Amino acid sequence: MDAAVTVTGLVVDRGHRRVLHDLAFVVPPGQVTGLLGPSGSGKSTLLRALVGVQVVRSGEITVLGRPAGSASLRSRVGYVTQAPSVYADLTVRENARFFASLYGAGSAAADRAVADVGLGDAAGRLVRDLSSGQMGRASLACALLARPEVLLLDEPTVGLDPVLRVELWEQFHALAAAGTTLLVSSHVMDEAGRCDRLLLLREGRLLADSTPAALRARTGTDDLEEAFLRVVREQQAELPA
Amino acid sequence: MTAAPAVVRPGGHSHAAPGATTLAVTGRVLRQLRHDPRTIALLLVVPSLLLGLMDALWTEQPQVFDRVGLVMLAIFPFVVMFLVTSIAMLRERTSGTLERLLTTPLPRPALLLGYGAGFGLAAALQAAVTTAVGFGLLGLETAGPVGWVVVIAMVDAVLGVALGLLCSAFARSEFQAVQFMPVVVLPQVFLCGLLVPRELMAGWLQAISDVLPLTYAVDALQEVGSHPAATGRMAVDLAVVAGAALLALVLAAATLRRRTS
Ligand SMILES: Nc1ncnc2c1ncn2[C@@H]1O[C@H](COP(=O)(O)OP(=O)(O)O)[C@@H](O)[C@H]1O
Ligand SMILES: [Mg+2]
Repeated sequence: MDAAVTVTGLVVDRGHRRVLHDLAFVVPPGQVTGLLGPSGSGKSTLLRALVGVQVVRSGEITVLGRPAGSASLRSRVGYVTQAPSVYADLTVRENARFFASLYGAGSAAADRAVADVGLGDAAGRLVRDLSSGQMGRASLACALLARPEVLLLDEPTVGLDPVLRVELWEQFHALAAAGTTLLVSSHVMDEAGRCDRLLLLREGRLLADSTPAALRARTGTDDLEEAFLRVVREQQAELPA
Repeated sequence: MTAAPAVVRPGGHSHAAPGATTLAVTGRVLRQLRHDPRTIALLLVVPSLLLGLMDALWTEQPQVFDRVGLVMLAIFPFVVMFLVTSIAMLRERTSGTLERLLTTPLPRPALLLGYGAGFGLAAALQAAVTTAVGFGLLGLETAGPVGWVVVIAMVDAVLGVALGLLCSAFARSEFQAVQFMPVVVLPQVFLCGLLVPRELMAGWLQAISDVLPLTYAVDALQEVGSHPAATGRMAVDLAVVAGAALLALVLAAATLRRRTS
């Protein structure tokens, strides 16, 4: 099967600084790929580029066979920003139904997505009265309802309690099993083990493009946090001082 | 999320009909207003209270109130809708919802038209209330039909919405957005012929007044004030205001970039 996302030679500058340095990678379809890296490493910038809202300096990004940001991709690619991007002065249900109407999905699809993220009981509450974790899930629901083929999630599990976090990861894998391609960013290395594939990003450079098992084997440690550190040291040793 | 989620295969939906997305935005804007009853109350009541204050101010000179009060019916919705819209659009920008909207199938003109229709409707209600109070309770009088006053106030409100949408593109914060009010709105109020009749202005001021759209809204109202039936000049005035609103919307769409740095 063809790659869901192909990136070659991607360079992005933000505010006179180079934020992404010549990235190249492929995201396979129907899997959960983790985009892991510390805060400020360029994860959000990369996701913005994939969804076509980031000005890029050079490089090529192909999503589902089309240039990133093409009009025809807008109903096929779902994007959930890092900060919950839902309307605080609307209820969860009203938010979901609004976004559903933009995709031509009915209110049934909207209500189902709200229930799927575990907000069925809070559907009638204003978003501004929710906890930050609930806001994040409301934001996620507004992307799920469009049944996108590619789902780009920017730190969706930040601030969630551990039980919810596990449930959310189960849902990501269920979506992938049904054929959705997911790219999920996180700065928490202990989430890396939950991904089928890993992209390790640091200071705008791709350190590793691998699977958790291959990364563990290569670095000789079971701890992915430690593995990340070893990869960083390897690269620093390679660079001339 | 206790039960395993019912995962649906990806594959999207049939596309939303053109126009449906505009209506969706309008519905959303009005729903947001509905959750904010205090704003609705302020929108509907404040202009009438201010009109009452002016009536009291000119008790001894009712003909001055007839002239100024009438013009105020164009200025209130213009100013209020400009402010409300620019803040609403700025919030959309800073909360990340705009970035998200730009990744959905919603066309940019549909977003702006949806806003225009939503706040335009709110403005129509405001104009109807203010006009009813002005003519019913405060004894405001015009030679022409009151219905035209409401129509002019509405078109003028849509102009305020369109300019608000345009200006919000140049504001990075709420503080900046409210500063655009004196910059964009006050010169139009000063030069529209309310404070000094346009014939008495210096030539260069008249030239500026000629290119400011509020001038035409005020002129249209003055036509209704002094003529028993709709005049050709009033129709031209209205067309100019509507054209300016459309131009501002087109410019707003052009400044609304999908890709940002
Ligand atoms: N709007 C912006 N203007 C200029 N620089 C930015 C902007 N947003 C982010 N950056 C910079 O780009 C780099 C990457 O940021 P980001 O993509 O948000 O990283 P992450 O999501 O991994 O935390 C950081 O150094 C950040 O300071
Ligand atoms: Mg980020």
